[in-house]
This record gives sequence, structure tokens and C-alpha cells, in this order.
Amino acid sequence: MTDSTTVATSSASEGAPGPAPRQGGRALTGKGSGRAGDKVFLGLSSGSAWLIMVILAGVAIFLIIRSLPGIAANWETSSELNSGPTAGFANFWAYAGPLLWGTIWAAFIALILGTPVAIGIALFISHYAPRRLAGALGYLVDLLAAVPSVVFGLWGIIVIRPFLLPLEEFLNTYLGWLPFFSGTVSRSGSTILAGGVVLAVMILPIITSITREIFLQTPRLHEEAALALGATRWEMIKLSVFPYARSGMVSATLLGLGRALGETMAIALIISPSILFSLTLVTEGENSQTIAANIATNFPIATDLQRSALTGTGLMLFVVSFAVNFIARWIVARTGPGATRKTRTRTPKAKTA
Amino acid sequence: MTSPAIDPTRPTQGIQNSLATGQLPRLINVWVVLGALLVSAGVITLIGGFNITGTLVLTGLLYLIAITVASALVENGRKAVDRLVRGLVTVAFLLALIPLVSTLWTVVSKGIGQLNWSFISQTGGSSFNAETLEVTQRVGAWQAIVGTLEITGIATLISVPIGILTAIYLVEYAQPTNLLRRVVTFLVDVMTGIPSIVAGLFAFALFTLIVGPKAFSGFSASVALCVLMIPIVVRSTEEMLRLVPMDLREASYALGVNRSLTIIKVVLRTAVSGIITGVMLAIARVIGETAPIFIAASFTDNFNANPFSGPMQTLPVLAYSGIKFPGQDIDASNDAAWGAALLLVLLVVVFNLIARIVAALFSPKSGR
Repeated sequence: MTDSTTVATSSASEGAPGPAPRQGGRALTGKGSGRAGDKVFLGLSSGSAWLIMVILAGVAIFLIIRSLPGIAANWETSSELNSGPTAGFANFWAYAGPLLWGTIWAAFIALILGTPVAIGIALFISHYAPRRLAGALGYLVDLLAAVPSVVFGLWGIIVIRPFLLPLEEFLNTYLGWLPFFSGTVSRSGSTILAGGVVLAVMILPIITSITREIFLQTPRLHEEAALALGATRWEMIKLSVFPYARSGMVSATLLGLGRALGETMAIALIISPSILFSLTLVTEGENSQTIAANIATNFPIATDLQRSALTGTGLMLFVVSFAVNFIARWIVARTGPGATRKTRTRTPKAKTA
Repeated sequence: MTSPAIDPTRPTQGIQNSLATGQLPRLINVWVVLGALLVSAGVITLIGGFNITGTLVLTGLLYLIAITVASALVENGRKAVDRLVRGLVTVAFLLALIPLVSTLWTVVSKGIGQLNWSFISQTGGSSFNAETLEVTQRVGAWQAIVGTLEITGIATLISVPIGILTAIYLVEYAQPTNLLRRVVTFLVDVMTGIPSIVAGLFAFALFTLIVGPKAFSGFSASVALCVLMIPIVVRSTEEMLRLVPMDLREASYALGVNRSLTIIKVVLRTAVSGIITGVMLAIARVIGETAPIFIAASFTDNFNANPFSGPMQTLPVLAYSGIKFPGQDIDASNDAAWGAALLLVLLVVVFNLIARIVAALFSPKSGR
């Protein structure tokens, strides 16, 4: 008994196995191999951590290597680039510019439509729904995140497109003087508005789950103080919840933006695009195309150099979404509630799926 | 206490409760909803035929207006705003349920017709009859099922060890101030936001540099999925390892067990159910990825069980290509797409269920 206690104190105090085996016989079992195993295990696990950085760097490096021929090529003279999906552009930037615009435009529409609803849902679950139901209701919203994106795309084709047609006609007829609703209204419904609605549905769960967690972390005393001063529930939320959760809401929105930027299938399946700068929401064939959908649509039929150009646009998408995610995480890390415990405050996010 | 006259919990009828004046009755919400529903159903029917979407939209609007006006009249402006917000927030939640229900309903109703044994067991695709010059198209998903399972399986085999080991490093070895730890934690967060199609392009670029221009293969798609899967596994495992009480580790060190054995035999064993749950959810997440597989493994109608060469078909890609690049028989292609979508949703449901069951059955007995 005394033997084992001395061993225990010595190794516990150092947080690692003791420098030499003590007198206790049992402590010797597999001591030598254990030490080697320790080293191997530490090597393996820190190696994995390094590997993640290598992978991330690899993504950037291989995209750059693969896309250089397409970016550097002379688009005016290259016969390969003057046919198929890349035909008719003066250089790579003339090709990628409208695509980048379309990507940001579609994601922006999705954010405009999705963010208020997502924050409303988060408020409902965290502050309005009956306590006992809140968990189950949150799970329902998280189920949205489990639906594969291609299924949302198919759903958008046969449900959302026809559903939005009357609305699009209405907007075009009565608000056609606005640039957004001008042009010839779509007959099939393959508009960027339909794509934006489906994107909005897809970014709901990520924004909701993050804002919900942050709303729930509002200090109970702040809320009770507001209520005790006679505030209604909404005034309490305005006074105590929103100020506390502001940076979290911003970063959740940015993460939703990141998701919307990279979403491929919904856009590729739903809208009928062309590569141009366009603001119109309710036309077909005159919508801006997004980078991801353009790659998905044209990759199978593209030649090698064209694929290189497509990879170049993919590199731009990578840079933009990396930047958006970087900023979002940076805001969380810097100013998020309980900045010191930030890794733990986001824990429930992993359970959502 | 003894006299009922001063019992505050049971006010005598007829005496007006001063605390309850200037308030709408408790069940006002129910009545307003019912009223709004009736009115809007009537209005919609009068205008141009009953339809359920229009009725529900109008009901929502009417309810919000009515409850705000009623509250502003009987109560006061602040309470009216409060009720309005409560209504808006509830409507937002109901709004989110519509796509969920509608999506599942659409997939099930369109796909259920395809879901039979021959769809699962036969290889789809078109065959050309040289004598009659006719192309017949078979509807089948066997090649896609095999492809999905192989690609996801390989991706899981690669991602899970890397993900778990990284999480172990972050939680067990690195000090909170360690620069590597902070950088990796941050990068893992950022990695979860990488667009899936970029992962596909990365795998394609990598393998074209290694193998040459015809680099489509199932393994390449697995590598693409790994980029998406590793951060999910790291995050969920990290959360689970953090839940393991420090006492267990200290008790183990106190018995003279070294660090690696403590991690393997104590920490991992305690957290195993949570880790498996996380892995299952990660699989469910990547099994539905379309874009990276589409880029890295392309699509094909041929049966190909060799992940290291040639294009491979998968369920999500079958659902995509069946609509976007249909064969000669467009209806048959679309049918195959819907069948594949339903199979995919079922797979996702199965993995989610396994995750829940594992979490429920194998959680540590001592806990809670």
C-alpha cells in the first residue's frame, strides 16, 4: 500500500511517468516498452496535427499548380480555350470576374432570406419554446443539416421552382422598374431567386445552431435583472441577449455565408445561368453563374486546359471562402462570449448534424 | 390560513383581480389563430379557389396583425410589440419545418416507386442493340451503391485515425498555450468551412499530377472526402475527450500507468461511445457529398469495384447526373435519380440512427 502511494505521488506530480522505476514490482510491468510506446504515440498524434496543416497547405499548393496553365494561358489565341465552356473571354480574369460576382450575389440573396429566419428560430428555441420541447425542436432544425445537398437540389427543381413562379411574375409586373425584378420573367422558374431560396434553407441549420448556443449562454442574471425591471420578454432580449450575443451572431452569419459561397448542387441543378454580371432575380438564362456550379456543370465536358481554368476559378472560391471563415472564426475567438472558454462554448455544435 | 376569505390563491368570484386587468385572456392566441384560419380560408376560396399554401400564408399575416392590434388596444404598445415578436419568432420556426417536411415528402413519394430489389441489385445504364438500333435503359443503382460504400469506407479508414490522433494531441498532449495547438484548433475550424467542390478539385489536381490527365478514381474521391471529414472527426472527438473527467486520468497516473496507456485504456475507453457517435455523424455528413466525388471520380454507368482506377458511380452523383446529364431515356434517368436520392436519404438516416443508438447504449455506466 505504501509503495504504490509513493509511486503514485511521484508520477502524478510530474504529470508523466517517473524518471526511474521505483521499488514497486507491479509498476515495472511493460515499463520499458511503455516508455517507447509513449514516444511513438506522442509522435503519431503530433504528426497527425501537423498533417492537418500539410493537407490545408496542400489544397492551396495543388490548386495553384493545377490552375497556373489556365490562368497564364493566352485566352485570345488559344484554340482550346476559345471553344466549349470557356469560349469568348479575353483572359482568365474576364472569365472569373462574373463568376465571382455570381457566387457572392447568390450567397448574398441566401443570407438576406435566411439570416432573419435563422435568428428567429434560434430565439424561438432558446427563449420562447417550452423548456421541455426545446431540445426536440432544436433537433428538428438540425435534421435540415443532415439532408444531402443534392436532395435539396432535386427538391428545388420540382417544388421551389414552380412554387415561386407566381411570386416572380408578381414582382416582375409590379416592381419591374427595380433592376432586380426587371427583364423577361422566367417560364420554368430556373431563376437565381429559386436558387437563393434553396441556399437559404441550407444555411439555416448552421446559423441557427451557433446563434442558439450563444443565446443560451447569456448570463441568467442579466436576463432576470431585465425582467425584474419590468421589461417584457422582447425588451429583455433586446437589453440582455442581443448585446451579449452580437459578435456571435455576426460570426454565425459569416459562417453561413461561407457555406452558401461553396454550395454547389442546389445552384447547379436549379438555375439556368450565363456568365455575366447581372442583378436580375426573376429571369432565366440571364442569371449570374456561381463558381461552384460552373465547375460542376462544365467539368465533365472540359478539356485539360479548360479544366485548368476551372480549377483557377475554384482557387478563387477557396481563397474567398477561406477568408470568410477565417474572419468568422477570428471574431469568435477574439470577442466571443467567454473568450477564455471558447473551445468549450461551441461544444454542442458538434452534436448537431 | 384557516379563513378562506383571505386565501390569496382562491379569489372569490366576481371580484375583479387588479393584476389581471388590462390583459388579453390567456387563450387569446388559440382563438386568434382559429379566427385567422377561418377568415383566410374564406377569403382565399372567394378570390380564386382554395389552396393550402395561400391560406397558411394569409393566416400567418392575419394572426400577426390581429394579435398586435388587439394587444395595442387592450394592453399597451410595449406588450403589443412583445406579442408581435413572439408571433414572428414562432412563424420563423414553422417556416423552417416546411422545407424539412416538404423535402422528405418529395423524396419519398418520388423515389418509393423505384425502390425495389431490381433497382438495388442491378447495374443501371443503357445498352445499344445493334440490330434494332434501339437503346434500352435499365434503371439500377448497384454500381452506385458499391461506389458509395467503397469511397466512403476508404475515406473513413483514412480520416478516423488522423482525426482521433489529432484530437488526442490537442486535448491530451498540447498545453493550452502551445502555438501548434492553437494554430491547429483554429485551422480545423476554418477547414470545416472549405467548399466541398474545392476538396474535389484538390484531389483531382493531386492525382492528375501523379497519374496523368485521366485521373478519375474512387480513391481520389476518398482523398477529397478526407479533407472534409477530418475536421468533423477532430472536432467531435475533441469535445468527447474534454468530457472525460480529469480524475480518471490522475487516478491512472497515480497507479503508475504511463501516458499512452492511460490515453488508450482509460480516456479513449471512457469516450468511445461519444467518439463512435461523432464518426457515424461524420460519415452521414460526407456520404451525401456530391460535388467532390463528381469532380474526383466523375460518373459512369459501368460497374467498377476497383477504387484505384477508372471512374466510379456513387448515389449522390447518380442523383445529380440522372437529372443534369440524362441518357437517351430521360424518364428512366430521372427515375434512377430519385431512387438514388431516396436510397441516399435512407443511408443518412441509418447512420444517424446508429449514432443515436451507440450513444444511448454504450455511454459510460457511471455517468449521471
